[in-house]
Amino acid sequence: MLDVITNFLAADLRTATPILLAALGLVYGERSGIVNIGAEGMMLTGALAGVAGSYFLGNAWFGALAGMFCGALISLIFAYLTITVKADQVVVGAAINILGLGLTTSFARVMFGVNTAPPQIDSFTPVAIPVLAKIPVIGPVLFQQNALVYIALLLVPVAHFILFKTDIGLKVRAVGEHPKACDTVGIDVYKVRYASVLVSGLLSGLAGAYVSLGLLSFFTENMVAGRGFIALAAVIFGKWSPLGALGAALLFGAGDALQFRLQASGTDIPFQFLLMVPYILTILALAGFVGKSQGPAASGVPYSKE
Amino acid sequence: MTTKIDSRKSWVTESFKNMASPLVAIFFALGLGAVVILFMGLDPLKAYENLLKGSLGNTNAIGETLVKTTPLIFTGLSFALAKRCGLINLGAEGQLYMGGFLATVVGIYLKGLPLFIHLPLAILAGFIGGGLWGILAAWLKVKFGASELITTIMLNYVAIHWVSYLVTGPMKEPPGNFPQTPAVELSAQLPRILPGTRLHLGLLVALLTIVLFYVFLWKTTVGYETRVVGLNSEAARYAGINPERNAFLSMFIAGGFAGMAGMNEILGIQHRLFQAFSPGYGFDGIAVALLGQNTPIGILLSGILFGILRSGANMMQMAAKVPIAVIYIIQALVIMFVVGSSIFNFVQKRKGLAAAAKGEGVSC
Repeated sequence: MLDVITNFLAADLRTATPILLAALGLVYGERSGIVNIGAEGMMLTGALAGVAGSYFLGNAWFGALAGMFCGALISLIFAYLTITVKADQVVVGAAINILGLGLTTSFARVMFGVNTAPPQIDSFTPVAIPVLAKIPVIGPVLFQQNALVYIALLLVPVAHFILFKTDIGLKVRAVGEHPKACDTVGIDVYKVRYASVLVSGLLSGLAGAYVSLGLLSFFTENMVAGRGFIALAAVIFGKWSPLGALGAALLFGAGDALQFRLQASGTDIPFQFLLMVPYILTILALAGFVGKSQGPAASGVPYSKE
Repeated sequence: MTTKIDSRKSWVTESFKNMASPLVAIFFALGLGAVVILFMGLDPLKAYENLLKGSLGNTNAIGETLVKTTPLIFTGLSFALAKRCGLINLGAEGQLYMGGFLATVVGIYLKGLPLFIHLPLAILAGFIGGGLWGILAAWLKVKFGASELITTIMLNYVAIHWVSYLVTGPMKEPPGNFPQTPAVELSAQLPRILPGTRLHLGLLVALLTIVLFYVFLWKTTVGYETRVVGLNSEAARYAGINPERNAFLSMFIAGGFAGMAGMNEILGIQHRLFQAFSPGYGFDGIAVALLGQNTPIGILLSGILFGILRSGANMMQMAAKVPIAVIYIIQALVIMFVVGSSIFNFVQKRKGLAAAAKGEGVSC
């Protein structure tokens, strides 16, 4: 029984990690007033760049860096169109998702060909931390994961500290609440927003690389499969805070992990209903738990200096 | 400053006045698309030549293009209608599946009806299937404050898995070797209208729906109210309009339009329900509506453009080895150049309206 629980929790953390990574970035974007539904496209780009980086450079870490780099590039397009041009954030986000799908599907075909077996590449494998990994339950769950899981977990307090205890974080939050007031006291609203979107891009790219190098070790078309959207939901469910995002990501990860386990155990419940679980959970979370709670006041509104 | 404010502007002027920027956007998107193709080590000229040949080269190709255009008109109208009421409907894909599902139910299980009764019933079922899925998102928003941005996306996945369950389980065709339903009755199928092609009556239904979209928004009181809510919901409330009721209504119609796309695919082309029967028409609707600037004529024209891209893509892949997915890149670029070109409008407006900078209120 203890084994089952341990396995389940470990799987939960594994599936929660990409959602968490992307959500941590999105918290910054949202706090600065940018709604980014394009995270899905950024993650997908990161996923292919991760595989390509690992394939051509021979090391999963280079893959992760390539994923972050490409996620950041895409996020700059998003930032330019939404912040400088002041275009509708939802429309641009939707375009980013289409672009990500198109670019990755096309280039994956060109790079790796069609109908061929996926190439052998270096990927992230679990690294047991000495001593700690021996602790029952907690050990295998927390200390026997791949490196990106540790990074994601470490980033939670870091992101929390930056957002709530530093000057930078104060600026980000202020810009999301009242850009005009920030402008009058000399904070460069555009710069803060660009930086926040860039953080989203870097982390979404890393999240994507985790999907292609940490969960699997190859790239398939549209492999991010809605995790970018779930990450966005996790931000809202987690009340726009890094710790909340961690909780939400674990909840969504649990839905996914449960689904796999029930499917494998051969229950009578049709597997499609289990596949629906994370999405229905998201809807329930939005409707029930968060309710009318408000996001940053200037969220989704382009700022223009007049 | 960034949104069009004057709601009294007639739809005709609105449609034609801003034609320039979409055309420029298409031009630049194709240009940059060519660079991407070149970067892949392939021949862009050959790609585009085959794209055109495959979409407009002969009667059959044109028929296929219009076949692909039809669902795009429906989903484009879906996004546009919700947008006109100030809502973002990212759920057209799921609404499409639910529309296809309900149309199939009526198409299969109602038997022995004459075509002129059965077919309209099946079409209506498609509308209602999508409409109810749309209303669900409106209800979650109005009752619980759940943003339709996220709920509509999540409902897409639920609908897709639901259809997958139906075709592998309760609605599976005996003896059950394939995950699909039996064919719908002949009396519920949209008849072909161009001999030698797959073009069917659905196109005419789509054109009629464009007219209905226009009449609803610009000729009825409720439609007028919808547009006012979309422009400024607080002002609308002050004027005695109920934004909540309008949210329900417009999500029902928007979902219904997307449901029509699903109905159209089942009753016109596939004649049976199966998994993943939409190649993303729901998401393409966003691009169609945006390029068409949420106007009736604009949606028709951009629907045809994206229809051309979709139907020519196969030939492009076969003859020029350019992956079909390149058309997604072009679509995304079209959107980006459309929204990007607004920076020029913005600069122009600033010159003229600098003094009236604060006048952001609704002028109706």
